[in-house]
This record gives sequence, structure tokens and C-alpha cells, in this order.
Amino acid sequence: MNNFEYKKAQNVAESINLVVGHENTKFLAGGTNLVDLWKYNITNPDELVDVNHLDELLQIQTLPDGALRLGASVKNADTAYHPEVENRYPLLSKAILAGASPQIRNMASNGGNLLQRTRCYYFYDAGVPCNKRIPGSGCPAKDGYNRIHAILGTSEHCIAVFPSDMCVALAALDAVVNVSGPAGTRAIAFADFHRLPGDRPDLDNTLKPDELITSIDLPDNNFATHYSYLKLRDRHSYAFALVSVATALQLDGDTIVDARIALGGVAHKPWRSVAAENFLKGKGATAENFEKAADLILEGAKGFGNNDFKIELAKKAIQRNCIMALNPDSQEPGAQPSA
Amino acid sequence: MQQPQQKSIGKKEVTLTINGRKENLSILPWVSLLDLLRDHLDLTGTKKGCDHGQCGACTVLCDGKRILSCLTLAVMKNGSEITSIEGIAEEELHPIQQAFIDHDAFQCGYCTPGQICSAIGMLQEGKANSRAEVQELMSGNLCRCGANIGIIDAIMQVKDGGSYEQL
Repeated sequence: MNNFEYKKAQNVAESINLVVGHENTKFLAGGTNLVDLWKYNITNPDELVDVNHLDELLQIQTLPDGALRLGASVKNADTAYHPEVENRYPLLSKAILAGASPQIRNMASNGGNLLQRTRCYYFYDAGVPCNKRIPGSGCPAKDGYNRIHAILGTSEHCIAVFPSDMCVALAALDAVVNVSGPAGTRAIAFADFHRLPGDRPDLDNTLKPDELITSIDLPDNNFATHYSYLKLRDRHSYAFALVSVATALQLDGDTIVDARIALGGVAHKPWRSVAAENFLKGKGATAENFEKAADLILEGAKGFGNNDFKIELAKKAIQRNCIMALNPDSQEPGAQPSA
Repeated sequence: MQQPQQKSIGKKEVTLTINGRKENLSILPWVSLLDLLRDHLDLTGTKKGCDHGQCGACTVLCDGKRILSCLTLAVMKNGSEITSIEGIAEEELHPIQQAFIDHDAFQCGYCTPGQICSAIGMLQEGKANSRAEVQELMSGNLCRCGANIGIIDAIMQVKDGGSYEQL
């Protein structure tokens, strides 16, 4: 572990100024992943710029167009239990509460949730090669122990998965990530925020090194009635997903008007299939149609030995979660499957 | 493995109220809240289990909310109020402490300070309405002796004001 300097500025602009031109200066929010990565010698920052206290990042507010803006430094727990989130975006609330532990949710920030690194064992082991940690060094996961690894969107260089639950719901809800940098502000569609590994698995997302996430916008929608988040894992609580599914449906009687399905635990980013969602539009909300949608989503999925089971598991999880979305009251705390 | 080059970094002045007592401290930026409590203030009730946010043994209350002191840099909490296991009891044991004794809610005791702080934090949050929800919202604290049934019994006793549902 290395020594680092700790700084705090008065506002977003001054915080960014502290980072510009300093490649190894990192923003510090909840610290739940960054401090851990530092302890494992995976990240060796020269300086940390604390953004926890910045008022500009601590608001949850409704915008004139009806969207809900989530400040980047608001804690995950405060977001999940916020009345506007619980009432208008219950899918997001469920997904957040399925992740980590209550203590970690009290610490972790919304912005930091998007920026957490993979929990690939090989990424965390500084004694072995890893293309994400040391580009060009190799990927031991492909032929190694890869039970938790990706089945969609992999490359020859990396089969790591992005571990967030919250982001699976944000992907399904078409969130927008607002960022601020030395060149000004920009808004990034959620689908464009995280990236697939390709030949640059060291890059998790499209944020530039000196940019700061300031907020996440949730567009107004009609997904507060039929939704479900299902998380399957090796133990009942406080574990990362093997496969998770966020489903949001808009129904007219038994007919699907609009559908969103996003998967976690299967790829380098939350996985969505526009083809599958389009297939469901105008169709009946039946187990058979959900099964066909699941097949479409898993088209092209590829296992690496220990994780082959995820392909079938994901299909069943999608079908089951879509059925649960028809009746959200069937869900229990912690996003457990209904009994 | 190549060791990173160490730079000389100055200490930071922070003020924390710990178990009701104001402490003015001069600490290096990378000192965790856990190490501050244990090594700088001799408050060794808070335990270092995994030191990676996986076990909950280091749970303390910060401004009334349960957090993991191992993944918290002490400098981040300048101005905050911290309550560790040493600050839970007043004249008598806290009801949660007494309930842990009543229900044999520990064996080796290593996870107990974190379990008690976490349980108090959970009851303050007010989100657990059933035994199943208490179990789910206590999942951040591992007990490797397997005293979990006693732990949940103890919390249910306090939550329900004296009575508790047996398994």
C-alpha cells in the first residue's frame, strides 16, 4: 500500500481543478471499493480528492420534465429509501437493496456505484497477470476458475463482469449520467456509459480521467406498476450476482406495451437486448413469450467452462422475473424470488 | 512485486466526537477509522476481521448510521460523531447487549461488537418489520460460530419490546 495525500475543495469546479493534469489523483466518495483496491495494491493513488461533502452532489430533485435527478454523492441507502425513488422507480430501489450490505449501502455513493471495478478474482490478485490491471499481461480467467465470469460480450482479452445491481436497474430505466470536467458538462446515455472489454479491458467506462459524475437522471416513465429485480447468487444475501435480471413492463390488459429487460452478472456492462424488448411489444404477457425473449437475449452467449451454467440460468431467471413483474407484491425483501 | 515509492505526506488535523468525547487528532490520511479507534485511541472493542468490508466485525455508528470502519478513512469523517461498542452502554447495559446475553447470541465473541452496533443501527433505520427482514438487514455481519439464530432472537426481543417469536 502506498502513501497518499488527501484534499477537499469547496465545490465541483475546484474539485475538478485538483484532478486536471494529475493522472494519479482520484476522486473519493464512499471509498467502499477504492479504499479496498488500495489495500490490495491494485490502485495506488497519489492524491484523493474527497467529494462527499459537496452540496451540489447531495440532492435528489424532480426536474421540470418530470425526471428525477439523483446526486452523485447521495448514499445508496438514502437513494433506495427516498420516497420519490420508492414510489416512482421501485425497480431501482429493489435493485439497490439487493446489493452489498446495509453498512456498505450507508457508505457507498451513487456515482461510485457506477465506477466500482470488477470482482474478478484474477483482477484482485496482484500476483497474477490480468489485462484489466496490466494491459497485455494476459487473462488467466479464460482457462481458469471462471464460475462468476461473463457469457455475453466477452473478448479474448477479458471475461470479467461488472458487479453492480443498481446499474442493472439504471440500464433498464434508460438513466442518463451527468458528468462535469475541465471542458464543461456532458450527459451520457446509460447504455454508452459502461463499455465492453474489446482490446481495452483496462477501460471500464467512457468517463474521462478528469471528469466527475455529478448526478444520474431517471426519465419519467410508466414502469412503477409492473417491475421486478431477481438476483441469483451463491448465498441468500450479501453476495455478488451470478445472474440478475431487472424487468419493467408497461401493460394494457394482458398486452405488453413496452418492456425493459437488463441483466447483471453476465457481461462487462449491464446487458440489454433491444431485439428482445421489441419482440415483446404488442405481444401477450405469457410465459411462452417471455421464454422466447430470453432466448433472444442469450443469443450468442458463450461459456468458458465453469460458467456454462449461467446461460441456462439466465434464461430461466429472465422468464421467472418477467412473470414476477406482473405482480410485484409477490416479491420479498432483498429481491428474493417469490416463494 | 514492485513496491510503490513512498512519498512524505503530512498529518491532518481532525476533530471527532467519539462515544461522546471530543477528540482533536493529528493523523495520516490513510489511517482507517478502525485503526484510529484501535491503535490511536486504544478502543479495541471494535474488531478487525477481514479489513476488506466483507465481515462486518468493524461496524460502528457514524452520526447514527452503521458503517464499516475498515473501509472508512478517518479524515473523511472530520466533524462526525462516532459510537463504538464502548459507547453503547450507559448506566446499565444497552437492551441489545442484555438481549445478546439472554439469548446466547455469541460463542467466541469476535463478531459481537459489530453485531451489536449493526443491530442498533438497523433498529434506528426502522426498515425491518419481520424476522425475515431482520435476517436480511443483518446479513452484513457474519458469525462463523453460527450463533445467528440467537442473534436474531436477541434483536427480535428488543424490537418487539420484550416478546419474541421462537423459530
